[in-house]
Amino acid sequence: MSRISKPVLEAEALTTSRVLGLVGCLAAVLAPHAMHVPLWITLIVACAMLLRAGFAWRGYGLPATWILAALAVAAAAGTWLSYGMLFGRDAAVALLILMLCLKLMELRSTRDAYVVVFLGYFGVITNFLYSQTVPMGLYLFACVWLITAYLIGMQRQAGPRSVVALLRHSAVLLGQSIPVMAVLFILFPRIPGPLWALPQRSGSGVSGLSDTMAPGTLASLSLSDAVAFRVEFDSEPPPPSLLYWRGPVMWDFDGRTWRTGEAEVDFRRDVITSGNPIGYTVTLEPHHTRWLFGLDLPAQVPRNGIVTTDFELISLRPIRERTRYHMRSQLDYQIGRNASPATLSRGLALPDGFDPRARALARSWRETAGTPREIVQRALNMFRQQPFFYTLVPPELGMNSVDQFLFETRRGFCEHFASSFVFLMRAAGVPARVVTGYQGGVMNPVGNYMIVRQSDAHAWAEVWLPDAGWVRVDPTAAVSPQRIEAGMDAAVPAGDPLPLLARTDNEWIRQMRFAVDSFTYGWNQWVLGYTQERQLAMMARLTGRRVNTQSIVLMLAIGTVVTVSVLTYLTMRRQRRRPRDPVVALWDAFSRKLARRGLPRRPGEGPRDYVARASRELPPELREQVEAVGTLYVRIRYEADPPARAAASLREAIRAVRLDTR
Amino acid sequence: MKLAGPVLGMRFPLARGRRTRPAVDNNPVVLSQRKVYILPSRLGAFFCVTLMLMLLGSINYSLSLGYLLTFLLAGLGVTTMLHAWRNLTGIEVRPGRRDRAFAGGRARFSLFLRNPSDFPRHAVGLRRGHGTFQYANVAPNDESEAHVELPAERRGWLDPGRIEVSTSFPVGLFRAWAFVRFDLRVLVYPRPEPGQPPLPSAAPREGDGTASASGDDDFAGLRDYRRGDSMKRIAWKSSAHREIPVVKEFSGGRGAAEIWLDWVACPPDFDVERRISRLTNWVLAADASGRPYGLRIPGREIAPDFGRGHLEQCLTALALYAP
Repeated sequence: MSRISKPVLEAEALTTSRVLGLVGCLAAVLAPHAMHVPLWITLIVACAMLLRAGFAWRGYGLPATWILAALAVAAAAGTWLSYGMLFGRDAAVALLILMLCLKLMELRSTRDAYVVVFLGYFGVITNFLYSQTVPMGLYLFACVWLITAYLIGMQRQAGPRSVVALLRHSAVLLGQSIPVMAVLFILFPRIPGPLWALPQRSGSGVSGLSDTMAPGTLASLSLSDAVAFRVEFDSEPPPPSLLYWRGPVMWDFDGRTWRTGEAEVDFRRDVITSGNPIGYTVTLEPHHTRWLFGLDLPAQVPRNGIVTTDFELISLRPIRERTRYHMRSQLDYQIGRNASPATLSRGLALPDGFDPRARALARSWRETAGTPREIVQRALNMFRQQPFFYTLVPPELGMNSVDQFLFETRRGFCEHFASSFVFLMRAAGVPARVVTGYQGGVMNPVGNYMIVRQSDAHAWAEVWLPDAGWVRVDPTAAVSPQRIEAGMDAAVPAGDPLPLLARTDNEWIRQMRFAVDSFTYGWNQWVLGYTQERQLAMMARLTGRRVNTQSIVLMLAIGTVVTVSVLTYLTMRRQRRRPRDPVVALWDAFSRKLARRGLPRRPGEGPRDYVARASRELPPELREQVEAVGTLYVRIRYEADPPARAAASLREAIRAVRLDTR
Repeated sequence: MKLAGPVLGMRFPLARGRRTRPAVDNNPVVLSQRKVYILPSRLGAFFCVTLMLMLLGSINYSLSLGYLLTFLLAGLGVTTMLHAWRNLTGIEVRPGRRDRAFAGGRARFSLFLRNPSDFPRHAVGLRRGHGTFQYANVAPNDESEAHVELPAERRGWLDPGRIEVSTSFPVGLFRAWAFVRFDLRVLVYPRPEPGQPPLPSAAPREGDGTASASGDDDFAGLRDYRRGDSMKRIAWKSSAHREIPVVKEFSGGRGAAEIWLDWVACPPDFDVERRISRLTNWVLAADASGRPYGLRIPGREIAPDFGRGHLEQCLTALALYAP
């Protein structure tokens, strides 16, 4: 029975305020999950919390165990129905949330509350699966602050009571924990890759470019402010007209949709370059496909990636987390001069039976123009001279989309132009292909790096000319040069929908945005992107020699011991007594002096009694001095108007008592 | 400076076996670094398991903020260890009051906890054995009284033995504790028999046949208060103007109606403890009536008297009676 009464995990009943506080903490922690769990879970969680708070408020009893068991089974079944599994990442999180709510329903004792508190800490970490942005981080660490304050309040006995005092105490504790956290965060060896893989629902998260292109697909991207990737250039960035970030290359057209087809890996490099390559580092946001992006023309294959015959960069694994790679590109190049006949015929293929007018137009060019170069020029002239408009809200297109666009609507954006241009080229006998990717990017002057957003997604064309190989042609530039030179917000007419952040005339807001993005970039690099690679590199830079995991572990051990020792020392130093009231110190010294003569002060003996006793027992010649000390001390201590220079005169009076003169 | 020993809870009992420990601590005893032990509580172990799970999750999903949170909480573990240790170390403990108790009731002891530091000590608990803790806060440079209660099962001396001074503040992940031992014996009086058995009739002394049970009623005069006089006899109105209170004296006072509470007056089938229990009941009843009473138990006779001192004398005799 003595086991039961361990000090902490006592099965003590919970007070109403404890229950309400716990429900509040838990609600704060679980709130962000509402953004991604199915609505029914959010509703159930909210109901459960309100019910539990109501029970506590009204003092009702809690539901019986069999009801809870039935609810648990129902929760599991509901999760299964919603997610199709129970142990996937999202399903497991949903199940954890539901079980936490059921646990609330049987929250009776202090012990249950501790379980819920720790599950609350765990609940904080599940939020990081979905978002690790700065605001979310701040919010969740505020939740940790709250939970810790609650934990201090759980020390039911005595201790600080008011919420403010608890929060202050919690802040002190967490603040003092930061040194250990910093050492562990920097030095704890990072283990790359998952330890186990849980099945994941596809399509969660932001997706980038797809490997098909139909009118409308890029439009949705074009309205997104999300960052696609950020680039740090080793030297000066190239001019905007050369900022073509190469992505999927589309070959196959079925009348509606362009597709990449099979990617080929070809080790025959058919490239001529001149000039020095430009070096840069790309930090790619996760987009859950395998595309990597580099400036035209990639001159290097990133780590963990391959390059195709079409100079697409493909990662070996889907980009599920922020990925950083260094690249070099050759801005002045010629590719595919010796393209195989098979490749060229693929670049001429068109579906039968679509778009007769466009075909007729192309045929007329082919007959009148002398060279392929001239055909290209004719097409660009058409886009430039006839009333084509760049807009992000083009009209819907029907069956013969190219005809309809070229001869009727004449409103569209990059993919319409690229698609119809390539169609015309092929029809005119010039091998051509669509290239998708991103175009442009904005330099962030605060962090001196370039931001490329999803709204910079772009499509252009490459035509094959016998004397030059594959040459980039951007028909959008013919219609709207601003799109290429100055970005989307300059190209789109006022009144069209635009990504919110792109419409900024206010210089101050622009600067703010750059500062915020720069902070986010640093956060991504140093906090979120603190991987094994970065850790080893940083340690190598700090120590000036090569480091491996073993040496990091050693540093971790040393760092932890040093930090804990310093903290311990600081705590102990605080422990030492403060210099006391000097008068009390003198009185104690006097008592010790008398104690050496066999007259210790008795516990509870006041100064008057003590001095009276001492003067009775001491030789008569000391009596006067001893009584003087006593009188002075009593005056200093207890009189309303103590004498000036109290401590000094008391010290002198004590010195006058010469006990060892005998 | 001793870093590792007390802080990490690595004081080995064997190591201190050699030192001859005084049976009783100094008064006051300082809970020094050498005296304070600290170990993770069961809650701390549970917390540790939670941290492990969080670390695994962070590694698996490469959650940088997960790492950050896990390490912050690990730091919290270290910090709370230091805080728990600091919360106890340096406190001066001295014995306080002890309240006498009757067997079957609860004996209460108190210890005075003095905090010589400039920071408050929160939730410092006292207990004996595996009992429950009684908690107290001690403000900076202040003193608090904390109580230990334990059941008084049998009459006689009750020694609480060593008392555990403990704290799990601030978050209960660690528990710091120290043992103190003072001479805190209290005398447990016998359990009075329940009910109201009639007092033995006032036995007239030889040659005095006029003793009247109503002697208390005849007011005889006032005299100065003497230690031991019952509060009920103080003449409050008359005392108001005097330095020493006066008590009323009655003509039926001592000698007139004194009662003898005699071992042999108990029913003959009572065993020792029942007799003691009955006698305790009588002593209390007689004291409440304000009449003088005497106690006669084998080997001891206490002359009739009244007042608090007399009551304690009688109860002590009964508490310590050993056949």
